[in-house]
Amino acid sequence: MTVLDHRNQPAEADTVPGWRPGATAPRTDPAPLLPDAEPHRVLGTPAADAADPELLRELYRRLVAGRRYNQQATTLTKQGRLAVYPASTGQEGCQVAAALALRPQDWLFPSYRDTLAVVARGVDPLQALTLLRGDAHTGYDPRATRTAPLCTPLATQVPHAVGLAHAARLAGDDTVALALLGDGGTSEGDFHEGLNFAAVLHAPVVFLVQNNGYAISVPLTRQSAAPTLAHKAVGYGMPGRLVDGNDALAVHQVLTEAVERARSGGGPTLVEALTYRIEAHTNADDATRYRQAEEVEAWQQHDPVRLLEDALRGRGLLDEQLVAGAAEQAEQLAARMRAEFHADPEPDPMSLFAHVYAEPTQQLREQADRLAAELAAEAEVQGR
Amino acid sequence: MSTVVREQHGLRTGTMAQALNLALRDAMHADKTVHVLGEDVGALGGVFRITDGLTAEFGSDRCLDTPLAEAGILGTAVGMAMYGLRPVVEMQFDAFAYPAMEQLFSHVAKMRNRTAGKLPLPITVRIPYGGGIGGVEHHSDASEAYYAHTPGLHVVTPGTVADAYGLLREAIASDDPVVFLEPKRLYWGKAEWDPAAAVAPIGKAVLRRPGTSAVLVTYGPSLPVCLEAAEAAKAEGWDLAVLDLRSLVPFDEATACEVVRSLGRAVVVHEAAGFGGAGAEIAARLTEKCFHHLAAPVLRVTGFDIPYPPPMLEHHHLPGVDRILDAVARLQWEE
Ligand SMILES: Cc1ncc(C[n+]2csc(CCOP(=O)(O)OP(=O)(O)O)c2C)c(N)n1
Repeated sequence: MTVLDHRNQPAEADTVPGWRPGATAPRTDPAPLLPDAEPHRVLGTPAADAADPELLRELYRRLVAGRRYNQQATTLTKQGRLAVYPASTGQEGCQVAAALALRPQDWLFPSYRDTLAVVARGVDPLQALTLLRGDAHTGYDPRATRTAPLCTPLATQVPHAVGLAHAARLAGDDTVALALLGDGGTSEGDFHEGLNFAAVLHAPVVFLVQNNGYAISVPLTRQSAAPTLAHKAVGYGMPGRLVDGNDALAVHQVLTEAVERARSGGGPTLVEALTYRIEAHTNADDATRYRQAEEVEAWQQHDPVRLLEDALRGRGLLDEQLVAGAAEQAEQLAARMRAEFHADPEPDPMSLFAHVYAEPTQQLREQADRLAAELAAEAEVQGR
Repeated sequence: MSTVVREQHGLRTGTMAQALNLALRDAMHADKTVHVLGEDVGALGGVFRITDGLTAEFGSDRCLDTPLAEAGILGTAVGMAMYGLRPVVEMQFDAFAYPAMEQLFSHVAKMRNRTAGKLPLPITVRIPYGGGIGGVEHHSDASEAYYAHTPGLHVVTPGTVADAYGLLREAIASDDPVVFLEPKRLYWGKAEWDPAAAVAPIGKAVLRRPGTSAVLVTYGPSLPVCLEAAEAAKAEGWDLAVLDLRSLVPFDEATACEVVRSLGRAVVVHEAAGFGGAGAEIAARLTEKCFHHLAAPVLRVTGFDIPYPPPMLEHHHLPGVDRILDAVARLQWEE
């Protein structure tokens, strides 16, 4: 028995095609794989009444802090303290809910916009920003935090998540991998190759596409002609789910189901969360060139923090203490960001040579010596 | 080859393909984390039969037939390595590794560096490479310069049967990613070799033939051609040394410089295109480091700067004995 014998079929099923001339066996029915007809929603529906109050409060505190984090990081770019920041304002619900659907043994594979998911994983909020500040590629220990580095090339993290999930399953561990990406990333080859591998290997992996409407300036209609991005799951042989990405509770439910399905041997799931990027792509982008203010306003009326507030209020859970506590936590976080990013970072120049190979080559040793000599000479000049 | 039994190790006569197969087999026995994956590596044993019998012996989890997608194969290997496995990836042919270049360049080569040493990737990427087997287009590229130009990768290529075994065992055991270039025109050449005998480590060049007139600096598929040229040069009164680099990264500058300084004349030989090729780097380095010992410029004999030609023309492209001897003649260097 290998892990690939997952179809509960006789061994020869792997070697014969599903259909041959004269066969009467039914073809595979795609219906169970088709995504939800409407995005799954919970907040604002009676189903929200059944939700665990502590989960709602936790989501609320993290969304409020996440919103503040986005604002503060954007301000830091204006002050030149961060090289760039792709804000996830408006997408806080997906990011936080996604990370909270994982258990400590699981792995998260984020892309550059997913700092909030990384922070929700337990990574220090400032360490999650070193890539964007420019002092280190990855500020946290991926193994210790079970969080892969923020990935800049689009969709390349997708097959990594698949490989890790596959290896975990081979090891007999109940680890699940969650890969995050954007709508634009679904056009990249690595997305397709990763999904196909996941389905064929039956890997315990979940893919969450945060469809925020645009890839930089390009709208979804120019990115894909599929009815939904979740439909892409069908062709690979995995279920697709559609969820309101601003409904943090709905995202949490759908992802928890998908993660549990993966953990219990059910294979991969593709989830599309419908959300919106309120800010520009990054601080360097001018969103007025490609989208209308009315569109942004419509989405602002459907804000993830407000949806959660309304739900909490409806159940009498939004008390003074919660509101004040969440605001206080958020302000403390922002103050820490300001304080610690006020100073210029001083990365060690010699670290350039530290982690290229396990053992530096002779050429690298010589180059390191040359830089050390240059630095020493510089220090001497400055000392004089 | 599936009949090769490990216990029969000892002096043996075999091909490079058999040596590579034995190296994979032994590595999988020695270390349970070694997993082979690629296109057709299972029941078929790979199109060159390098993985022959591995699935039968170790199961389809350890030697995995993958979907046909090179970025997917290498990207999946990245995740496997992140979780503690040692993937050995087979790319079916040199030019079909190109779809995986982004994974190779952006992640495989950089992950150790991106994570400040926290996520080293012990991945071996085996790529049958180079021409001389009559392959049609996209089956004969020599792409070593792309890999060697990418910091974070080791790039090795065996020129002998014994090295094929020894270097592959080392590549798999390495904690860094290794691009393992297999000269496909040497796959079927037989030699007597002993798997138990140690070969020089990755990063060490080996003088395959001593000489007194000049040195031919080469690697992989061009090694036998250079040895043949050195033999032919005897008739011209030239006693040529042949240095086999075996590894482009790390580059064994010490050994190469020592030989070049002692002889004062050198020709770098490879079949890949010359412009921006590995030979350009080697010649520049040898010139910088050995200038005062040189009696002539370091010359290069390489393939032309053309896309790999159709098989009926490839013999014009590949450096042969005559072209090497022409260069040797020019080493006398009287302007
Ligand atoms: C392979 C690759 N091509 C191009 C880019 C440049 N780029 C960065 S973000 C981006 C748009 C991505 O859009 P999407 O996937 O929808 O994610 P979003 O930014 O909306 O979160 C592009 C084109 C890149 N990072 N990687």
